[in-house]
Amino acid sequence: MPVDLTASPSSATRRRADLIFQAAALFVLVAALAALAVLVATVWRDGAGRLDWRFLTSFPSRRAANAGIYHAIVGSVYVIVLTAVLALPVGVAAAVYLEEYGGRSRLARFIELNIANLASVPSIIYGLLGLGLFVRAMGMGRSVMSGAATLALLALPVVILSTREALRTVPSSIREGSYALGATQWQTIWHQVLPMSLPGIMTGLILALSRAIGETAPLIAIGALTYIPFAPDSIWSPFTVLPIQIFNWVSRPQVAFKQNAAAGILVLLLLLLTMNAIAIVLRDRYQRKGR
Amino acid sequence: MSSRRAERFIESLLFLCALLSVGTTAGIIIVLAIETFAFFREVPIAEFLTGTEWTPLFANPRFGVLPLMLGTALVSAIAMAVAVPAGLMSAIYLSEYAPDGVRRAVKPALEILAGVPTVVYGYFALTFVTPLLQQWLPGLSGFNALSPGIVMGLMILPLVSSLSEDAMQAVPRGLREGAYALGATRMQTSVQVVVPAAFSGITAAVILAASRAVGETMIVAIAAGQQPRFTLSFFVPIETMTAYIVQVSLGDTPQGTLEYRTIFAVGMLLFLSTFALNLASTWLRARFREEYN
Repeated sequence: MPVDLTASPSSATRRRADLIFQAAALFVLVAALAALAVLVATVWRDGAGRLDWRFLTSFPSRRAANAGIYHAIVGSVYVIVLTAVLALPVGVAAAVYLEEYGGRSRLARFIELNIANLASVPSIIYGLLGLGLFVRAMGMGRSVMSGAATLALLALPVVILSTREALRTVPSSIREGSYALGATQWQTIWHQVLPMSLPGIMTGLILALSRAIGETAPLIAIGALTYIPFAPDSIWSPFTVLPIQIFNWVSRPQVAFKQNAAAGILVLLLLLLTMNAIAIVLRDRYQRKGR
Repeated sequence: MSSRRAERFIESLLFLCALLSVGTTAGIIIVLAIETFAFFREVPIAEFLTGTEWTPLFANPRFGVLPLMLGTALVSAIAMAVAVPAGLMSAIYLSEYAPDGVRRAVKPALEILAGVPTVVYGYFALTFVTPLLQQWLPGLSGFNALSPGIVMGLMILPLVSSLSEDAMQAVPRGLREGAYALGATRMQTSVQVVVPAAFSGITAAVILAASRAVGETMIVAIAAGQQPRFTLSFFVPIETMTAYIVQVSLGDTPQGTLEYRTIFAVGMLLFLSTFALNLASTWLRARFREEYN
């Protein structure tokens, strides 16, 4: 990497170029964050007027002014809770295997590579997998269960990666102390390692779920309905979720429905903000404890 | 003795959970392959890959996938044109210029940008960015490739920025200090020393971002229109591979029809494209790590 300073202009010119470059880079950064602010402001301007208790507790309707998101909120809660129930044990188990048992065997390395690749497969491809596997082959239909299973597969790589990081922060002296007292490997993991890494694991899980709750494409692909006049009452019910309801309203030409979409987005963003706040608090407490 | 057996049992159980990820990949390939093969029994593969007309839902269906591929490439290219320069600039700023306090404040804010649900970006593109652009570009249609492309660029900017910054941070201090000792400014050091030294890491970040752009669905499904066109114009409605899958999924398509199978064939193409990009990115990153570890 040759730096040809002999060909460089005078030092004053170079310093000015440096300053301009710095200003430009800062401008780009500020512009990106300003775009985020404009996005939130736009949604607020369009949707805040529609946001009231009736909107939160009403079912969808052909008339925009009467429509609400109760069914979609209940659907989202059903799907996300079930996704967590499915993804947490499997993800933690996989991470424990890779971190504590797998070592550097070729198979473990292959699994790792595979997980890294799965993390960047487009979410709509997971939707096609869910459609072919859960909805059709396993006959689970377009149910909450199919949706949650699909999102669980989507969330797994994130849960596994963050759990591994949490496990890695447990000092090896803890494990050795436990072994010295005669504990088996599993006893050590169950009684020492997992409790210590629990806050880190939960942080990762919440972050994975906050991504899953905003997912639209995979659930559309498995055929989650865009219009249902009722809330799910079991994991085998048909369902819709908040992002799909928003998509449905955005796609309509009438302004009134666009306003509904904006109000729905506000609720979705609030939900995400809450989840992320919880994750940050957990991470904070965890880091303080770790020190 | 029995406790040792229990230990072995638990280990196998954990192993099975780890193996599920391999099962997921296999599941994706199998599900896509079965329907794709069924599709190619009725539509010649050459027609699929070279045809320039995509009208599978019409009475006289044509199955040339090129319009969808071109639509995907067009929107992704616009997104990359926004995200790569902006992401690199912000990475250089955060890695080489920013004081610690600024970095600590800005990085979480960028993470928020990456965490906004894509359906929200779609709304933003359709109801804010498109009308805004129409004031300057009167010929711009209400659905077009430009607006979702720009918004998608905003969405993947944090990915380019944070991964590039990681790569720049991994460049040994000695290289920077050498440049400073020769009297280089920070800009010269960044552009002529740090960026070239981190080049494979930065390329890996850019490729991963491209893969994200190719697979992004909701922004284009909402704001790009759903009209497959074999065009490079970003003024008119187009359709991407992902948006097509959404379009068909929204209708009630009976299983086993040719129409149902098209989404798997298109999905296979999408999976293979992103898979190739992901592999290239992983390979480059591994090479980059080797250079400096």
